[in-house]
Amino acid sequence: MHELSIMQNALDQVLEQARRAGAGRVHAIRLRIGALSGVVPDALQFAFEALADGTPAEGARLIIEDVPARFWCAPCHREFEAARMFAECPACHCPSGELRAGREMELTSLEVD
Amino acid sequence: MCKDCGCGLPGEHPAGISAHHHDHDHGHHHLHDHPHPHTHPHGETDAGQPHAATAGAHRVLEVRQAILEKNDRLAERNRGFFRARGLLVLNVLSSPGSGKTTFIRETIRALGKRLKTGVIVGDLATDNDAQRLRESGAPVVQITTGTVCHLEAEMVARALQQLDLNGLDLLIIENVGNLVCPASYDLGEDLRVVLLSVTEGEDKPLKYPPMFQSAGATVVSKTDLASACDHDRAAALANLRRLAPKARVFETSAKTGAGMNAWCEFLIEQHQALKARDPLGN
Repeated sequence: MHELSIMQNALDQVLEQARRAGAGRVHAIRLRIGALSGVVPDALQFAFEALADGTPAEGARLIIEDVPARFWCAPCHREFEAARMFAECPACHCPSGELRAGREMELTSLEVD
Repeated sequence: MCKDCGCGLPGEHPAGISAHHHDHDHGHHHLHDHPHPHTHPHGETDAGQPHAATAGAHRVLEVRQAILEKNDRLAERNRGFFRARGLLVLNVLSSPGSGKTTFIRETIRALGKRLKTGVIVGDLATDNDAQRLRESGAPVVQITTGTVCHLEAEMVARALQQLDLNGLDLLIIENVGNLVCPASYDLGEDLRVVLLSVTEGEDKPLKYPPMFQSAGATVVSKTDLASACDHDRAAALANLRRLAPKARVFETSAKTGAGMNAWCEFLIEQHQALKARDPLGN
């Protein structure tokens, strides 16, 4: 259920940005959502439809880019994409405590007129 | 949204940007959900497709802002406030019924005078937990969130106004029992503590990766019930390490007191390290 409040935060930012830019309508909204953000993209879509009703963002496309979880392996000196979100290097099986990507919840851009 | 295939409807594309193309009966094809503005060369006006006819006139506004930017900002403000007072702050998280309240109450009792502790506790309703925690003698503020399934930095900031922080060394924030939503909200804490009780099943960390991955310390609670629950200790510890390799693991029973000493020593060390970092030595 927290997707609703997260989407409300995103929508507030969208409408504020659109207002500042003197835009009439919002046609597209792009988000980046990390695999470890704890947010389900489907639920965001659903929340968006409900919340955008009656706002300048009604009917806009919500485009969500998934960001996979990536960790840094110090012994191998390389980044790896986490399988099943395990912080374990697939090459050397060392655990990694250094998350490089995957927690993102970002409003990337808007398309407005 | 494309009226032919309906893509863009909730649930259609979990991955969102999975661009695809297909034939339309009006004789053209185009990509959906691609990351740039576009115009249609054929100049037709597809009524009902908001992006089709006027797309050429759309402006792209680059934003690149965290969606929870407001919460993050307030959390940083809390953190600065805590730092200035030399307070060590824990955000304690678990599913409902993992034993957070009893664990916190017994932590306060075991710490005694070594760390003077205050508590902020969040629940959807009732102040039952606050009453239980007050049995420890510590000052307690209850936040009732109503329908909100997690604590936010602003709620903590408001609760702080009701708590006398003078002389406190440690502030324990007991979050709403929930292994999903609270993971997204920074409260300004120094350490996230995630509990896994032996009654829950050893694979719980695998089922809720974002929460366990964010843990600074993990606590296997209710160890006095381990044999009754056929708890597989090795599997539980291995799963915790797979998700949070850097987090210290503590095994405790708030009921018998087992493991509570090691946990309290850890908190005292953390508090001393915090003091050592403070240039004012407050």
